[in-house]
Amino acid sequence: MPNQITIDGEKCIGCALCVSACPFGAMVLVERPGHPKKLKLAVVDHHKCTFCGACVEACKKFSAVVMIKEEPIKLDIDKSHYHGIWVYAEQRHGEISPVVFELLNEAGTLAKKLNVPLSAVLIGDKIESKAQELIERGADKVYVFDDPIFAEFQDDPYSDILSHLIEKEKPEIVLMGATNIGRSFASRVAARIRTGLTADCTALDVEPSTGNLMQTRPAFGGNIMATILTPRHRPQMATVRHKVFKPSAKDAGRKGEVIKGNIDCSKIMNRSKFLQFIKDTTAKVNLADADIICSGGRGLGKPEGFKLIEELAEALGGAVGSSRAAVDAGWIPYSHQVGQTGRTVSPKIYFACGISGQIQHQVGMSSSDIIVAINKDPHCPMMQMATYAIEGDLYDIIPWIIKEVKKTT
Amino acid sequence: MDYFLTEEQQMMVDLSKKIAQEKMKPVREHYDETGDFPWPIVHELAKADLCGVYIPQEYGGFGSGVFGLVLVVEELCKVDGGISLALAATALGTFPILLGANDEQKKKYLPDIASGKKLAAFGLTEPEAGSDATAMRTTAKKDGDFYVLNGTKCFITNAGEAETYTVFANTNPARGARGISCFIVEKGTPGFDFGKKENKMGIRASITKELIFNNCRIPKENLVGKEGHGLIIAQATLDASRPGVAAQALGIAAGALDEAIAYSRTRIQQGKPICSFQGIQHMLADMATEVEAARCLVYQTARMMDATPGKRTTKESAMCKLYASEVAMKVTTNAVQVFGGYGYMKEYPVEKMMRDAKITTLYEGTSQIQRNEIALALIKESASKK
Amino acid sequence: MHFIVCIKQVPNTTNVQIDQKTGTLKREGVESIINPFDEYALEEAIRLKERFGGKTTVVTMGPPQAETALREAIGRGIDSAVLISDRAFAGADTWATAYTLSSAIKALGDYDLIICGKQATDGDTAQVGPGIAEMLDIPHVAYVKKIEDMNQETIKVERMMEDGYDLIEMPLPSLISVVKEINTPRLPSLRGMMNAKKAQILRWTAKEINAEPNNIGLTGSPTQVMKIFSPPHRQGGVKLEGSPEEIAEQLIAKLKTTQLL
Repeated sequence: MPNQITIDGEKCIGCALCVSACPFGAMVLVERPGHPKKLKLAVVDHHKCTFCGACVEACKKFSAVVMIKEEPIKLDIDKSHYHGIWVYAEQRHGEISPVVFELLNEAGTLAKKLNVPLSAVLIGDKIESKAQELIERGADKVYVFDDPIFAEFQDDPYSDILSHLIEKEKPEIVLMGATNIGRSFASRVAARIRTGLTADCTALDVEPSTGNLMQTRPAFGGNIMATILTPRHRPQMATVRHKVFKPSAKDAGRKGEVIKGNIDCSKIMNRSKFLQFIKDTTAKVNLADADIICSGGRGLGKPEGFKLIEELAEALGGAVGSSRAAVDAGWIPYSHQVGQTGRTVSPKIYFACGISGQIQHQVGMSSSDIIVAINKDPHCPMMQMATYAIEGDLYDIIPWIIKEVKKTT
Repeated sequence: MDYFLTEEQQMMVDLSKKIAQEKMKPVREHYDETGDFPWPIVHELAKADLCGVYIPQEYGGFGSGVFGLVLVVEELCKVDGGISLALAATALGTFPILLGANDEQKKKYLPDIASGKKLAAFGLTEPEAGSDATAMRTTAKKDGDFYVLNGTKCFITNAGEAETYTVFANTNPARGARGISCFIVEKGTPGFDFGKKENKMGIRASITKELIFNNCRIPKENLVGKEGHGLIIAQATLDASRPGVAAQALGIAAGALDEAIAYSRTRIQQGKPICSFQGIQHMLADMATEVEAARCLVYQTARMMDATPGKRTTKESAMCKLYASEVAMKVTTNAVQVFGGYGYMKEYPVEKMMRDAKITTLYEGTSQIQRNEIALALIKESASKK
Repeated sequence: MHFIVCIKQVPNTTNVQIDQKTGTLKREGVESIINPFDEYALEEAIRLKERFGGKTTVVTMGPPQAETALREAIGRGIDSAVLISDRAFAGADTWATAYTLSSAIKALGDYDLIICGKQATDGDTAQVGPGIAEMLDIPHVAYVKKIEDMNQETIKVERMMEDGYDLIEMPLPSLISVVKEINTPRLPSLRGMMNAKKAQILRWTAKEINAEPNNIGLTGSPTQVMKIFSPPHRQGGVKLEGSPEEIAEQLIAKLKTTQLL
């Protein structure tokens, strides 16, 4: 029987709690002129309903929403064959990406809960020596694939080798960094082996009864959190952004197993050709990594305002960010844009100068530890959510902040 | 108010609004300050097919008539009255061709204007011939297969940026006003030069310069219509283009009104938003009513003109231009008033709107000239009734 | 050459409000727009056609009203559009979506390049593009910020990376997902909008694309939503008062305790 969702007309009082609870706009209220009390009726738009159950939850008082999820079809997969947690040890130009140590830390916690081993997968060229570093950071085992064909990241050979390894070794969970590399080829691998992949998780945990991985991530621009499961497929794959988790400590001299994979290059898929890497020499402080970010917005009033923001950033040793409004006005390049269609950042301190804090901007910086807002409008969203709200003219305030910083450092 | 626009007309409005919000709004202050010509915006309007809305389809336009032009100009001017002039003043400069040129001339000049590739300008006014247009001194002497132009035009919008100029010069000074003829002059013609750029109170994104003719030879094919028909063409042009100016005034007023209403809701004084004070409410009510009345008058005039081509609409054109421009001045002034002290600051958009609005009571015939036209028409109508 | 663009219609979060009590989106009256990143994909396809000739097709999987997004795409200059719509697609995760779109593309016939936007602003996963490539068994490059060169057989692209960019050459047919740096999308033109109004949109259901029922919609989705909840609201903080000098002193004193300065 396929998934079904129906509204019991007798029980529905048209209170619209389900309408506001539904994140997908799949519930509407319609008039019931024939009804004795003229109460409205909730109606499901089947094209939009994803059977997430938010409406059932919202209607628990009246139980007017009835959802029946279909019986899962029998699958060939026997989940008990899948064992162990893997972290893909992303490397770029011979260096392990920092996100890997954060994943090893979190994966270590999960591995303990499930009582399974933690392994890392390392793919590259002349990369074997890095395996020890992974072990010292928490991996019990490291699968190494060392060959010139893997010197630079390309989707085909990396997806190929990882897919084969997964099919052979059958891990139950695979975690990857949500970097450009990770997001690109995780999708290919998940598509090939037909399994669930959840992107940009902000929290991971295991379901006590089933051992399923509970993957929590923001949706709708961060307005809602969703916890996702991959109940019937294995491995459960998830990507996590840099700086979501804390990195694991280094345990020097720790012992672990290193397994070198046999590579038959003739059998590895590699349709594209890597030609060249061109380094970006312009960015002084990488926005994504910065611990302190100073952002300017429409409230600057003019492009020259960014000189002040740059001065502040320099004094603090931080990076310069921007709202979309300032980028659209041509005051600063798009690479500095923070927000839904720009970069997501999670610095320790975020200075929002002349930024009102519309949703699309909030989404890109709301996970900052400390937010300092400087704005003329005390009621704007940014001032409401700031740790320290300063009402005033940023052209008056910021110079004093710069002076104070220089005094004390 | 529902104006029962067709789907096509609504599309024009929506597209103009999009360009105004996304492309014009972020840069309007910049152009107001620098006075640079907004070519990037002109290119956007061209790509969007908006430059030729009033030009017939057979010449590459959209054939949506004066009403189409009114809708587009109004929407653009809600955001900025100066940048939009690149398009609106081109229409003014193009109407002599549309209304008086032969098919060959239309085929030669209209397609590039419709596609936005070239802009146009209207050269009538002179230092000594403003309201008294017929007192113009620019002459065009026939010389074999050419006309030789001598004289100066002033306050010409788009001067120097446009490629196509419709210029009025006297081919027979002895006949006075009846000797005025209309010519098409292309930029780059030897003897055709431009004077200094004017430093204006408002519409600063629009470039205003002199046209200087010094033994400028143009082929006789560039005469529009017949010798001596210049004033008829000029009058017909102004009748057709005045709704455009009215639309500009209307847009500026509507934009200012929206700003004033929005501001009145956020500005808190004595613990309340100022829109809760009756004084402000009455101001806004009056402003809105006048804007709507102006809109009805402009739209209806434009619709009537498109529905009855060839019919003389001097009175109605003058009425809608007079009323909309005076409303624009009133509404923008009151918008600044609603903003209070902040309204006087360049940081807020309304002071610019007030400066921009003033021109609409001045060019294409001052309000005083409009009143003359209306009164004359009334008297004539009355006299023709037995 | 045939260029296919996959787009998604998403809610316009510019105007959306949050219901403070329930923490969910107030969806009444929220308009739908073309996913912002897909606009760049559409623009790139139109530019490629202008340069190389051929045709462009836009495809979307969505409810019936996704048709307006397709018409908007035509308004910008895309030649033809296909709406893949079926109740059975509801609840699809990225795997099932990639399967559905790749099935539709297979039904469309030959193509040279598929262009997707980097990610959709409602799901934010960036997974469907690469997933489609895998299911069509063609190579892909994600995060493309520029097409350096292209001919009938190959394409050379710049892939944006955190530390610069990589230059990669792929054989055609293949798939790219693009980022905002690649171009500036044009606005629709009046002529385009007229065409869009008159255009015939092809509508396909699961049947027309030969989709296996077990691979589409909620049934075909390996991931399932377990629960939805509102994130803990960020608590407001303190307001700093005083002269600019005093405020600066207070602020730096507080920030110093974080030991970051």
